[in-house]
Amino acid sequence: MSEQAHLVKVTIDNITIEVPAGTTILNAARIVGGDVTPPAMCYYSKLEGSGGKCRTCLVEVSKGSEKDPRPMPKLVASCRTTVMDGMEVKNITSEKVIDARNGVVEMLLINHPLDCPVCDQAGECDLQDLSYGHGNSADSRYEFPRRTFERHDLGPYIQLHMTRCILCYRCVYTADQLTQSREHGVLDRGDHAQIATYIEKSLENDFIGNVIDVCPVGALTDRTFRFKNRVWFLKPMNAHRDCPKCSGKVTLWNRGDEVYRVTARKNEWGEIENDENGKTAWICNECRFEKKKTSDWVIEGPREISRKSVISANHYLKVEEPQNVLPEVMGGRNPKLLMDIHDVSDVNKPNIHLSEIQGPSTSQTFEDNSNINPQ
Amino acid sequence: MKKLLLENDHIEGIRYFDAYRKNGGYRSVETALKLSPDAVVEEVKKSGLRGRGGAGFPTGMKWSFLAKPEGVPRYLVCNADESEPGTFKDRYLMEFLPHLLIEGMIVSSFALGSNRSYIYIRGEYAWIVDILEQAIAEAKQNGFLGKNILGSGFDCEIYVQRGAGAYICGEETALIESLEGKRGNPRIKPPFPAVKGLWDCPTVVNNVETLAAVVPIINMGGEEYAKIGVGRSTGTKLISACGNINKPGVYEIDMTISVEEFIYSDEYCGGIPNGKKLKACIPGGSSVPILPANLLLKTAKGETRYMNYESLADGGFASGSMMGSGGFIVLDEDQCVVKHTLTLATFYRHESCGQCSPCREGTGWMEKILKNIEHGKGKLSDIDLLWDIQRRIEGNTICPLGDAAAWPVAAAIRHFRDEFEWHVLNPEECQRRNYGLAGYADPIHVPV
Repeated sequence: MSEQAHLVKVTIDNITIEVPAGTTILNAARIVGGDVTPPAMCYYSKLEGSGGKCRTCLVEVSKGSEKDPRPMPKLVASCRTTVMDGMEVKNITSEKVIDARNGVVEMLLINHPLDCPVCDQAGECDLQDLSYGHGNSADSRYEFPRRTFERHDLGPYIQLHMTRCILCYRCVYTADQLTQSREHGVLDRGDHAQIATYIEKSLENDFIGNVIDVCPVGALTDRTFRFKNRVWFLKPMNAHRDCPKCSGKVTLWNRGDEVYRVTARKNEWGEIENDENGKTAWICNECRFEKKKTSDWVIEGPREISRKSVISANHYLKVEEPQNVLPEVMGGRNPKLLMDIHDVSDVNKPNIHLSEIQGPSTSQTFEDNSNINPQ
Repeated sequence: MKKLLLENDHIEGIRYFDAYRKNGGYRSVETALKLSPDAVVEEVKKSGLRGRGGAGFPTGMKWSFLAKPEGVPRYLVCNADESEPGTFKDRYLMEFLPHLLIEGMIVSSFALGSNRSYIYIRGEYAWIVDILEQAIAEAKQNGFLGKNILGSGFDCEIYVQRGAGAYICGEETALIESLEGKRGNPRIKPPFPAVKGLWDCPTVVNNVETLAAVVPIINMGGEEYAKIGVGRSTGTKLISACGNINKPGVYEIDMTISVEEFIYSDEYCGGIPNGKKLKACIPGGSSVPILPANLLLKTAKGETRYMNYESLADGGFASGSMMGSGGFIVLDEDQCVVKHTLTLATFYRHESCGQCSPCREGTGWMEKILKNIEHGKGKLSDIDLLWDIQRRIEGNTICPLGDAAAWPVAAAIRHFRDEFEWHVLNPEECQRRNYGLAGYADPIHVPV
């Protein structure tokens, strides 16, 4: 009984669910999932105190609660507003929300360099997804030079490129909550605010590499991976090792036999997963930056990446077929197949699943069946 | 009109304890300590005193919201981080009557049960810190601060903390963060400071003038105080008048006089110098909407506008403004509204804390567009773009700084759009001369 008493009813975009009291609107929406979930650029559920800053998760509360049904006067940040019993929230059903979010995307982009073609984060970038999903149009109304900063190396492993930063403060919270003493923070204020170490110095802490994982954009990048590869060419594999410092549970990003980079395991919201003890599986610098051989790791199998961005284009399992709209466009007729590429080429045999290929694939691979994993 | 706050400001040596005490100072402490804390709160509630920092929230109600959990200290913080362009009333009060603030703080601390109270003062007011600290030392010597004040068993200490030059630290939660020694970023509310404020303890943050007003309320009684003024604008209000007027300065008014009287009478601003005409005015500090002369003196309904909370806000933002913090800025016919708006936009761009994206990016964007228009490089579409940007900042930010940055731009475009358009269409002429009075001072048409 007592457990049931703690559940509260909340309606998000006309979908009613029951969640424990004290849940934020955003987390309740994540339980519903899908388009109903507001995007979040600064909120990170594993970091205490994060959220409320980027304003992309604004929602309209059309009914405060059963007791006090007045609507909230302003749009609220869903990541920092807790649900009340009987609350009614409008996300994608509210024009006000769509418009405000549109504005926030525009504001975030006016000083963002849009150097995606040379940015390592491209493909797994929250800002890319956000702009694609909620942006206005391709042309910008901003016609001034963008704010730029020098690039800084924060030690041998991390590079800070402030020009790309959207000041979500996630890395500051990460350093605050994971390391003994935080050595970087936010300097200055307003549109000239920047993440910095003040006196240029390296970040040495064992867990500081996690700031790369929490960064929603390409402001903090892995120096051991910079410009080595595009993330969508890499094959994510779950792996673990016995690490005295951290959980040792990671995702390896391979191409062929080569490990290009190591990251923590991220869930569908881009947040680091929990380990078997229910704690966030942050990984240490040694696992992340120094163990770049397959022999260092016990490989568990391919990792399913369930995020929507470009990175999912290389799904190895559960391939999402793009919707074929051609018959619809052509009034029910299917296009005539002129030539099947597989008839004339050795590569791209349709009956061989890519995940079953180990090592770099060549046309030889497809002819010689001995190299195929029986799974 | 009888002055309540600035009654004795002309007396020599009133800055020091002896003269202040001789002229009836610290009577309210003696009265209050004989009452119960709740009775003091009740008096303030009865007085109808509204927060003098800008928002005008009823002080008694704010005090009664203070959570009182067992075994947790409560704090009173005086917000002396007066940084709004055009507002300098608290500076005058603290500089010339420091004991009035200390007295008000002792009474308020007693009412709220705060044994350690803080004055968070703007860093630029460096010399006032010394004045306040001397006043605190004197009060302590004479038994009005410290342990067991006047044998009542109530202990209170007051500390002065200097800010480091940030407008945003005048926002109450940013002020608390700064007071704790952190970066002055506003907190996300709820929880409100009344529940979780300074060091996670219940806290009340009040403006200097609000706390000073507690002294006459206790001396004359809440009901008597409520009789002064009109409607829900009770008591007296300090107005810091500046701009194109003959007598800039800090005036105490009882909120029954009209705006016209305030600007033109010799008792107050003394009219506009060199026989110029009134063009526009910001009645309550830089963040409230600017009004053209015709809407300032008369409301949209054709009624006389008075210097009080309700009358200044009459007509909402469409044709009204706000009392704000009482920073009264007058612009005569030689002033350029575009340039003026640019100055304010530059200020808000510089002072935005950079925490939330609409304010961080939007304030800079607005400044750049305004700079273009001011320098004759603007386009007509820029005016609509400005409107769109301010609309997307307003109400979408953590703290009211976003609104404060958006309102002046919105009001300038709402009332002075023709001046903006003239700037765009006459890029060379606008560098040489001002648009002038146009029709801003013409009588407004009142539909019958």
